[in-house]
Amino acid sequence: MKALRLHRDLTRIWESEPGWRGVFSSVSHTDLGKRFIVAAAVFFGIGGVLAMLIRAQLATPGSAFAGPEVYGQIFTMHGSIMMFLFAIPMLEGLAIYLLPKILGSRDLAYPRLTALGWWCYLFGGTIMILALLGGVAPDAGWFLYPPLSGKEYTPGVNSDVWLLGITFVEISAMCAAIEIVVTILKFRAANMSLTKMPIMAWYLLATAGMMVFGFPPLILGSILLEVERAFGWPFFQPELGGSPLLWQHLFWLFGHPEVYIIFLPAAGALSTIIPVMSRTPLIGYGAIVTAVMALAFLSFGLWVHHMFTTGIPHLALGFFSAASVLVAIPTAVQIFAWIGTIWAGRPKFTLPMYYIVGFFVVFVLGGLTGVMLAIVPFDQQAHDTAFVTAHLHYVLVGGFVFPMLAAAYYWMPHATGRTRVMRLGIAAFWLIFIGFNLTFLHMHLTGLLGMPRRVYTYPVEAGWTWLNLISSVGSFLQAFGFGLFAIDIALQRRIGNRSERDPWEAETLEWAMPIPPPQYNFASLPTIDSREPLTRDRALGADLAGGRGLLGRAVGNRRETLAVDMVTGTPEHVAILPGPSLVPLVTAMVIGGFFLSMLLSLYWLAPVFIVGTAIMVWRWAATTGTIRDPGPIEAGEGLVLPTSFAVGGSTAYWGSVLAAAANGTLFASLIFGYLFLRVVAPNWPPPGEYGLYLLEPGLITIGAILALVFARFGRHNFVRAKVGAVATALCLALSAAVLLVSGLRHLPGPTEHAFAAVSWMLTGYAIFSAMVGALIQLFASRRVASGHASAERPHGLRIAAVWSDYGAVVAIVVVWLLALSSAAL
Amino acid sequence: MSTIDPAGPSAARVADLWWWMLGGSALLAVLVFVLLFIALFRKGVADHETPERKRVWIGWLGLAMPVGVLMVLLAFALWVGERNLPTGSAARTIDVTAYNYGWEFCDENGNCAEDVLRIPAGRAVDLDITSRDVIHSLWIPRLAGKMDAIPGQVNRLRIEASAPGTYEAVCAEYCGVGHADHRFVVEVYASDGVAEAAGAAR
Ligand code: HEM
Ligand SMILES: [Cu+2]
Ligand SMILES: [Cu+2]
Repeated sequence: MKALRLHRDLTRIWESEPGWRGVFSSVSHTDLGKRFIVAAAVFFGIGGVLAMLIRAQLATPGSAFAGPEVYGQIFTMHGSIMMFLFAIPMLEGLAIYLLPKILGSRDLAYPRLTALGWWCYLFGGTIMILALLGGVAPDAGWFLYPPLSGKEYTPGVNSDVWLLGITFVEISAMCAAIEIVVTILKFRAANMSLTKMPIMAWYLLATAGMMVFGFPPLILGSILLEVERAFGWPFFQPELGGSPLLWQHLFWLFGHPEVYIIFLPAAGALSTIIPVMSRTPLIGYGAIVTAVMALAFLSFGLWVHHMFTTGIPHLALGFFSAASVLVAIPTAVQIFAWIGTIWAGRPKFTLPMYYIVGFFVVFVLGGLTGVMLAIVPFDQQAHDTAFVTAHLHYVLVGGFVFPMLAAAYYWMPHATGRTRVMRLGIAAFWLIFIGFNLTFLHMHLTGLLGMPRRVYTYPVEAGWTWLNLISSVGSFLQAFGFGLFAIDIALQRRIGNRSERDPWEAETLEWAMPIPPPQYNFASLPTIDSREPLTRDRALGADLAGGRGLLGRAVGNRRETLAVDMVTGTPEHVAILPGPSLVPLVTAMVIGGFFLSMLLSLYWLAPVFIVGTAIMVWRWAATTGTIRDPGPIEAGEGLVLPTSFAVGGSTAYWGSVLAAAANGTLFASLIFGYLFLRVVAPNWPPPGEYGLYLLEPGLITIGAILALVFARFGRHNFVRAKVGAVATALCLALSAAVLLVSGLRHLPGPTEHAFAAVSWMLTGYAIFSAMVGALIQLFASRRVASGHASAERPHGLRIAAVWSDYGAVVAIVVVWLLALSSAAL
Repeated sequence: MSTIDPAGPSAARVADLWWWMLGGSALLAVLVFVLLFIALFRKGVADHETPERKRVWIGWLGLAMPVGVLMVLLAFALWVGERNLPTGSAARTIDVTAYNYGWEFCDENGNCAEDVLRIPAGRAVDLDITSRDVIHSLWIPRLAGKMDAIPGQVNRLRIEASAPGTYEAVCAEYCGVGHADHRFVVEVYASDGVAEAAGAAR
């Protein structure tokens, strides 16, 4: 039979390597997505154990269970683990596993990047947990405010563990973000226009877009604080012109969007599951998409609501307060669209539905207290009390954990091919739901009665004893519930009965494949003409398995999938994806070497690993592409398409553009930091001598403009491509050298004043960006020499130009900024 | 220590705000839960999306209702917030310095006291708050909202106690191992006693 033969051939092509090697070299999104989910669940368990320790400690007043030092580590690690090692990776895992399947593709845009992200997450998380076991975990709260987290008040490595470990993990978030955006825009089923995308894809697009712009401020903040701790550059020290508030701005510029980054994928799961369980289409697809985009956009304008007590003028606070309550509107749109959908349909009371109802109850209450906290005078009372602890758990557990539990039951049959075993799940639900509310509902009152958060104990006279005891009892009920849930899932995985192909009668493409899914997802790729492809055509899955779609064949070892026009979904080219590789693992290990040498204060060793990372990235890029032009190929149904080697708008190009956008956000945050310090921080202007940048702006402007020009040299006449690339690299390297020399000539030592520190940071960033651009152009020249880039396949040059252009622009901006600001001192 | 047992005008306004918001939220929550309950259990057949349905759920419930509620709330909040600001003259201005782990209060004459803040009843008092080391937050729950003590910066908080008595205060921003015990008391004296005022900061 054709289907069987196709299955065998495609499995050979797409399979991960057997045995241990496969564990290390797999690039399959199905494998890696599951790994992310399982690891995140394990971290949830660890975070949960810490939560139980917190509740055990607070159960009675004056408890002698944990002292303040240990308690500081426990609550800091609980918060940090839950946010960075559980929530974010869990949603990444969900996206990595699901996206290609709901979009009708065979893998994500950059399979090896997925693997790199996985290893960075695993290693970074492991560093954090080892620090916890070693008793040197971070202990300044999950937002790590300096000066408390600075060298003077935290002399040990505790804060470094957070700054380095979390940044390491963030690499995986950035990889995932770029990959998700590009996958959604390029790797869809034929003719799946944006408006025919499953609603989940919109949610994930918004989420990943927010990650691209949301994480860089945090990464920048972490770099600044780590540099302050390691080398004494005083960004956050007011005596030397720094400001502790700068950290708060950078942190919350990330931290608020983060909350929506966590919520949106969960909401996407709800928008997917609710219509299926209600047997009716979702009400208001367009309105929901608009609401989601509005949320994504608005959430970048609210961060100051975490800083209502820092002494910012009341009118400014009023603005952020209004913006904050405004986000309630798109959220309300979604809530009512969901209820309206249930109303319109005939709901099935399946287990996912239990958790969905749980979500409504818990999340709506959390949303209401969220609006209260957005009100300035009220927040000034409730801020930093148990009221906030209660609120944030209502939103995070209601808005993320409950939907994820629903999603777990909904997609378990897909991942395992098995159905649920027993009624254990119902008991687990009630324990979790009742336990949760018993822990947190009256904790609002505890806060209003004056209990601050983050206290390791409290006096009997305060009158919070009963309230706390009830919370502790509730939390243990809840813990039992999660235990039961874990057992239930394990049983389903082990002994569940075989499930039929589409057990929920769902309509999205992930159910048009055999379950558990084969490594290649679809034996042939679907062409879509509606938002619910399975409603139209119940036999779609069988057709695809039989090869009656696009690319339904096996050619050599080539991993093929379809790339489409971003808007219309018209087939555009055939993307050829890389197979198993150890390069991501080794790269992650080298990056890990950098983080470890920083953590152990082996600062002389760190540059070795930076060079090592550059070498690994070079080798990585060198394995892409081809020197033989495969020419246009048959894609089936009469379509003849070029391959990804021969098109300009390849995924690699768009990925580079997004990387530049993220990078630009980091740069913009740095400039914001500089202006902020200049305007707000005490002890300005800096004492001491600052030289004037006179010649340098001109020199660097010329050098950088030449780099921009040379990078385009080979566009029209490929013969000049190699010269152009080398010349670009040279111009950038020279600009970097001038920047360095002028810094040495004009700027005082970076430890003397925040102004010098920021100027050096800008200089360093510009040098770094220029050098990256130069290296990539050098690489491009090698590619021309080796024949990977040719007149038919010139797009490697376009990609290199994205990076070198970025370096050139940064150099110009930085040198002018330094020139103007040294003149204006 | 209770914010809902206020002992001064600022805290009282916020407590009022809280009760109003609690009431409003309760109504909204009940509305949502009742709709959800009916949606789940009503006997009906699946009918498909009609423009009418979309207008009700998304237009009215999703958009118009929250817009209306939130406008009212914001106006109320802005009014409360403005009233709580330190505008107009205060009877006293006291410099507060927080540190690990204590509080120093110095009055206009340079008389300082540790961990005890003495203020007259029925008079507005401005606290000029800063920190000597890490960030702390000054909070007297029964009198007013909190204000951070940030090194390198002075934040002003207006407080007023309606009646003489002793009020407890805590540090609300995590400041290290001594955070839980980083407390002080406010002693409010009857404000017509001139002699007491002279010895205020002793
Ligand atoms: C499942 C049961 C959970 C319980 C019983 C629990 C309990 C607690 C408690 C009692 C605190 C306050 C610690 C203090 O103020 O001293 C806390 C803080 C926190 N929790 Fe949870 N938690 C749970 C789940 C979660 C989840 C799922 C998340 C996030 C996705 C989360 C995120 C946080 C954060 C961010 C903090 C603040 C940490 C800090 O103050 O630095 N928690 N948790
Ligand atoms: Cu926020
Ligand atoms: Cu304190």
